[in-house]
Parts: sequence; C-alpha cells; structure tokens
Amino acid sequence: MARIELSELAHSYKPGASRPGDFALKPMTLTWRQGGAYALLGPSGCGKTTLLNIISGLLIPSHGRVAFDGRDVTRLPTEQRNIAQVFQFPVVYDTMTVYENLAFPLRNRGMDGTAVDGRVREIAALLELTPALERKARGLTADAKQKISLGRGLVRPDVAAILFDEPLTVIDPQLKWELRSKLKALHRQLDVTMIYVTHDQTEALTFADTVVVMHDGRVVQAGRPDELFETPAHTFVGYFIGSPGMNVVPATVSGNQARVAGETIALPLSYEIPAGKRIEIGVRPEFATLAPAGEGLPVSVERIDDLGRARLARLRLGGHAFAASVPDGLGEIAETAGLIIQPGHIHVYADGERLSGRA
Amino acid sequence: MDRPYDNRAWLLVLPVLAIVAFSAVIPLMTVVNYSVQDTFGNNQFFWNGTGWFRELLDPSSDLGSRVIASFWRNLAFSAIILAIEVPLGIAVALAMPRAGWKVAVTLVLMAMPLLVPWNVVGTIWQVFARGDIGLLGYAVNRLGIDYNYVSDPVAAWVTIVAMDVWHWTSLVALLCYAGLKSIPDAYYQAARIDGASRWAVFRFIQLPKMRRVLIIAVLLRFMDSFMIYTEPFVVTGGGPGNSTTFLSIELVKLALGQFDLGKAAAMSIVYNLIILAVCWVFYTAMTNLDAERSKEGAAS
Amino acid sequence: MSAETMTQAVPAAAATTASRRGFGVSGGGITLSLYLIFLMLPIYWLVIMSLKTNAEITSGMTLWPQQITFDNYRTIFTDASWYNGYISSLSYVAINTVLSIGLALPAAYAFSRYRFLGDKHLFFWLLSNRMAPPAIFALPFFNLYSAIGLFDTPWAVALAHCLFNVPLAVWILEGFMSGVPREIDETAYLDGYSFPRFFARIFMPIIANGIGVTAFFCFMFSWVELLLARTLTTVNAKPIAATMTRTVSAAGMDWGLLAAAGVLTLVPGVLVIWFVRNHIAKGFALGRV
Repeated sequence: MARIELSELAHSYKPGASRPGDFALKPMTLTWRQGGAYALLGPSGCGKTTLLNIISGLLIPSHGRVAFDGRDVTRLPTEQRNIAQVFQFPVVYDTMTVYENLAFPLRNRGMDGTAVDGRVREIAALLELTPALERKARGLTADAKQKISLGRGLVRPDVAAILFDEPLTVIDPQLKWELRSKLKALHRQLDVTMIYVTHDQTEALTFADTVVVMHDGRVVQAGRPDELFETPAHTFVGYFIGSPGMNVVPATVSGNQARVAGETIALPLSYEIPAGKRIEIGVRPEFATLAPAGEGLPVSVERIDDLGRARLARLRLGGHAFAASVPDGLGEIAETAGLIIQPGHIHVYADGERLSGRA
Repeated sequence: MDRPYDNRAWLLVLPVLAIVAFSAVIPLMTVVNYSVQDTFGNNQFFWNGTGWFRELLDPSSDLGSRVIASFWRNLAFSAIILAIEVPLGIAVALAMPRAGWKVAVTLVLMAMPLLVPWNVVGTIWQVFARGDIGLLGYAVNRLGIDYNYVSDPVAAWVTIVAMDVWHWTSLVALLCYAGLKSIPDAYYQAARIDGASRWAVFRFIQLPKMRRVLIIAVLLRFMDSFMIYTEPFVVTGGGPGNSTTFLSIELVKLALGQFDLGKAAAMSIVYNLIILAVCWVFYTAMTNLDAERSKEGAAS
Repeated sequence: MSAETMTQAVPAAAATTASRRGFGVSGGGITLSLYLIFLMLPIYWLVIMSLKTNAEITSGMTLWPQQITFDNYRTIFTDASWYNGYISSLSYVAINTVLSIGLALPAAYAFSRYRFLGDKHLFFWLLSNRMAPPAIFALPFFNLYSAIGLFDTPWAVALAHCLFNVPLAVWILEGFMSGVPREIDETAYLDGYSFPRFFARIFMPIIANGIGVTAFFCFMFSWVELLLARTLTTVNAKPIAATMTRTVSAAGMDWGLLAAAGVLTLVPGVLVIWFVRNHIAKGFALGRV
C-alpha cells in the first residue's frame, strides 16, 4: 500500500542520450495516489510499458527518481519493492500445478503454509480456477493461463501496487468483460493501488478513476474520464478518446473571437495567443449540432452515418472535415446546412496544448 | 495436428528408402548371413546356426568374456561422460552471453572441437597428454603426479574421458543454449516479480524449457559414446592391456584384424539390437513430449 | 526540463534488466572463460607444434616456438600425396552433402505434411540408422563396394556416409518444415502451382535456413568420420586425415609434420562454422526448440 511519486523521471535506452528523440520516456513528474485505480492509456510505442517497468523496478530509469511513500526506491531491485505485475502474454510455470503457481510468490516470501492455502483458495475462487487447482499448468488454454498470471499478481496481500500490462489481450471478448469487472470489484475490496496499461479507451474508461494518457513518451493528461472527455488538455487526447474523436480545425484567435474558414465564432473566454504557434480550435461532435441552412455556420454535408441510437453528420467546414450530431427533430437534410456549436465547449490549442482563457 | 492421410506420400519417401536400403539393408543381410556360418577360408562357408551367438553371450568362453567385458567398459564410459558432459554443458550454456559480438566469438570457439576429424581429435590428445612433448602430460608430471596413459589404465581412462569432454561438451552446451534462447524475457521478469530465487528460476523456467533439447543431447551423446572407435583407438589402441577396448574397437579387431567374419557378424547383430532398443526408448520419450506439446498448442 | 538539463541529471545508469546480460548466473564469465581455455589449449599446442622444428619439439618443453618454421607446411603443400588427400576428402564430403539433402527434401516434406501407412515406424527405422555403429558396417561395405567397383573412389565414401547423413537430414529438415504453416502450401495450390514448381519456387526459399543448417551437419559428420572413409579407400581417394595417421606410423614420428597436417584439417571446419555462426544455436537443436 503506497503512494507512488515520480519526479523528473525520464528514460533513454541509449546511454548518454541528449536529444529529446532519444528518450523513450520524456521528463515527467507525477503522483499516484494510494488506493487509486489508474489506467495508462496510449497507442503502442508511446512508452507505457517502459513507465510500468520503471515503477516495478524491472528497468532502472536513466534520469529522475521513483519514491514509494516518500522512500526513494529508484535503484531498488524489483524483489525489494513489493510490487506485483501481470504481463501481456501468459507466464505460467509449466511444470507446476495451478495451485503451486498461485502459491509460488507467497512461498518465495516465506509465508506460512496455512496462510498460503487460504489466500490461494480465495484468489482461485475469485478467478473461478478452483476446479483446476490440482491440474498441471501445462496444457491449459490461453485464457486459463492468463487467469493464473492474474492470480499470481493478485495473490500477495501486502503489495504496494499491482501493475497490469495489457493483461486481457489474449482473452476472448466475453471473458474479458467479466474479468475486468472482477478486477474493478477487487480493487474496491482491497484498497490497493492498481495501474492498468491498455491501448483500448473503453477498457481504460471503465476500469479507472484516473486515466493517464500518454503520447510519444510524454504524459499529455491525467484526469477523471469525464475531464478527459470534456476538456482534453491536448489535441491528441481529443482524438484518442471519444468515438469519433474531437474535431480539430486550424483557426486564428484574437481576444474572444475565432475565425475559421472566413467565418467568425464567438468564444466564451478571451485568449492571449502566443506568437509563432499553430493555433487550432477543438469541438467534440457531441457539442456541435446540425441545423437547417442559414442558422449558425454554413457547412456542406458529405454524408450522414446512422449509428443506431444517434445519427452523425460528416460535414465540410471551409476545407476541413467536421463531424456533428444530428438532432432528432431535423427534417430533410440538404447538401448545404448550418452548424451550431455550444459555446462553452470550444477549446483553443496552441501547438496541440490547450490554452486557458480569461473571462 | 491434423495432417491429412495420404499414401501417395510414400512416393516422396522412396528415394530415401532406396538409398538407405542400399546402404543399410544389403550390408545387414550380409552380416546376418555371415553370423550363422563358419569358414575355413577360401570362401567356403558352412552352416553354423546360432553357434556364434551362443559363444558370444557365454561369459565362460574367450570371445564371450571379452565382448561382455568391453560391453560393461563401454557402458561405464558412456555413464561417466554423460555424468560430466550434461551438467557441464548446462553450466556453460547458462554462462554464455545472450547478445553482442561475444556471442559469435563464443559460438565459433565452442563449435571448433566438433568439426575436427575424429582421428585428429585422437592425435591432438595423444600429443597433448604425452609426458615428454605434451603440455598436459608434462604439467601433470611436474606437479608430482605420476601420469602415463600408455602404461597406466587409470591414466588412460582419464585421458580418454577428458578427450571426450573436450570433444563433445560443446554439443550439449549449444543444444541447451538454443533451448534457453527460446525463453521470452517476460518469464524472467515474472520470476523477479514473484521473488523467485536463482535456483527456482533454473528449476521452474530454464530446466523445463531445456527438457526437449536435453533429451536430444543425451540421446546423441549416449549413442555416439556407445559406438566410439576412432578417438580412443588413436590414443591408446585399446590398451594398456584391454583397459580401453570398447565395443567398436573389439568388433573392428575381430572383423578386419582377425577376419573372424562369423564372430564379428554375430557381435554386430547383438550390438545393433542393443542400440536399437535404447534408441526406441529415447524416441518414445521424445514423441510423447511432442504429443504433449501439440496438445498444448491445440488448446491455446 | 530541457534536453541539456537532462544530460546533467543522474549519470545514465546501465538501464538493462539483469536478464539481458546473460542467463543470470553469477560467476558465469569465469565458468565460460575457463571452459574456452580448456577447449583452446590442445588446439594451441597443436598449432605451435606445427611451427616448431622437430629438434625443438623433442629437446625440451617450450611454450611457444623459439624459432618459427614453416617447413612443415611447405612439405605438405609440395607433396602430391598430401594435398590429394585434401581434394579427395572435400570431394566425398561435397558429393555426400548434395546427395543427402537432395534425397531428404521430398521425404522430409512427406513426413511433415502427411500421415501415411507405417510413417512412424519408417521414421524410427530411418533414425535408427543414424545411431548404428559404423564399425558394424565396415566389413559389409568393403565387400559391397568392391563388388560394384566403386572401391577407392569418392563415391564409395559419399554413399557410405549417406547411411547416417540421410536420416539426419530428414530429421532436421522435417523439424524446420513443420514450422512452416500448411496454409502456405494450400494457398500455392489454389493459385495453380504444381507440386514441383511450388516446392522449388516457394517452399525451398522459405526453409533456406533449414537447408543451410542441414548442409552444415552433413558436412560436419562426413568430414569428421574416418572409420568408413579409411576402410573404403586405399590410394586414390584416401582422405587427408587418414593420410596423416599413415605417415605418422611410418616415418619415425615427424611430430612437426603431423601437427601441421592436423592444423590443416581444422581449417575447413573453422571456415564453415564462421559462415553459419548466426544459425548455429538453432541448428544444433535441429530446428526443434
């Protein structure tokens, strides 16, 4: 049970790296709360696994510090950190039974027999492995093997944190959903910090209280799922979360006015624009609605996607593609139409970073 | 494993069948033919039934006692070199580097003894172990240990065992190395997370992954040591006395040295049957392991 | 934090996991070094002996040649009976390697792709020939090849070595072929490839590594085997390594010459290993890890 603090942490696999491009992980300072359920979200190659391995001690960072409850553990090996980690592909000890597999991390730490037994049976019941306990791990299905891997991660009662590295990749979809709910339930029950790495936004948003989004070796935003949705701190977060992602179009902004493709949009706040940066405005499709021609901004309609519960309009605003929701009452849709944007949900970005405006 | 059943596959196997039949079956038939006949020379043969076989397996006869003694000698030799080469090979494989330029250098150096013609292996050790001009023999004698493989049976055995270890341990090590290389990093990482000791990593991760290659290694080493001929023959010629006369040396003495065709043929057959039986045990062990693996593959 | 301050931060630690360096044994470097020294000492001794004069060899113990001489090598390269030995060794090894692989390829394909009547027994019988002691075959081969007039030609030795190299080649190739998904064959047949064309154009390039490894092993076992090679030759096709022992027993121990000949027999092996060094590990597991 611990609070995990990363300060000025960075990592390069090349020794003596100096250019930012050499860094798999760019400098970051971040605190993980005791007992939090975190998701580390990002596309493959963004540094998620590197960060995870640094926290667990499999990797020593080239720069910066890792502390558990204020104690510096940067150079401490995994064995002395009291961390559990579950890997993407199942790792089981073939020659052992399922029971022995689950008991292995406990016995290695000298826990006494009856305590081991109780704990193993508890975790096995939770993962529905009880009927297989006496079987050899070799020859089980990939699903079952991954459950064993999960079980070995969960079985230690006193860990500082449990790290999951895309643990459900090899599990079939139905079971995936089930196991995720189990992990979530377990988190509530155990009060242990969990960090869950994934590239799947649904997985991240349903599991975590705090989602940490990574992009190109940097943490671009850490926040509650609704924060990520409503105020993406970076255009990447806007794209990556939500389906479809946020509309991002180039604009010129001065004061509380934005000009996009010759049209003027009023902003609720006023912005001070740094010179020489690429300025864009971002609006989620959920906060932009299609209207009859003449109302709002003039757009041309490319097509309407029927998503079942809702309809989505694919538009062109000036030269830029734009997605907006179609209100239920709207009648026949012509080739040209209007676009109404809810003023409170427009964000301004400079070189991808969100600017905060003044009232 | 759902290979289709198709007897036309026999056509593809025919060429191999033809050549192996030519070089194995015809000679074996000759051998069987000799084994039941006797000759007084001049290519005149007469029926001798199972006479040679009875003599061969009778410890009280001259032939029987020699052959049986060389059988036990050979078995002891195989046991000793397996007991040394397998653990040593595993230890060396564990010590080998996994990446970088060192790998290529290590591999090339290790494989060298394997590509030395077998009589040259004998020659190298014959010279190396001599007390007068050989580094090893000279050094051991200087240490005050009386060491002469030409006159002392113990020294002869030590020399031959050392030679075999020199010659073949790399094979075991390279096989184990191949097994170790196939273990993904995640296994080692998981073991560290689980707090496994060095011994536990070996016992539960490395050893199980090496099981299959170890069977191959033990099979090859047992077979090759059980039919060893050239190397000890060059070094000791089977002596001193008969102390290093192994089965093949005995057989070649009979067949080509004394031209005792009947005895040699009978001995060949018994020899071959022993090899075949051992081979079958290993083959079964290996196919069982394969079946287990493919079942596992189908399940995942 | 800018790029410059990053370099001033903690001096970059060796950022590798322990397992990346080796297989995690402490003292591994020492074990390995001792082992390699043990392997190299006899070879070192052979090499320096080949560079010494006979007088130096017999007069006392010297750890390196006091006076380097190449006379021993000169003798070998100028005497036809010596270098002919080389040529005949290499020719039967080459014939055997080509023959073994050519025959083994279709058979290995059959074993890896089909089940057929008696396949398991056939496979075992083939393998058992790899394990048969050559000593058993020395005499029958002598009779057989004399009878068909191949005695004392490279062909006799090449064919005799097929006894153990063909089964070995089938075994190794089967291992590599089984690693190739069957879908590749099926796709090719659907695309209208005939079997021979598929095999030569698609399948063989895929298992090229396996063929290389097999060739290495055929070379190796044919090159090192001498009992049969010596039994089946007298003058014309005498292998180099056999020429060597003969000279020794005759001419009152010319140690330097013996050592030089020994060194020369190591050269082809070292060359071959160097070429296949990247495949050696997998090759020694016979494609079956």
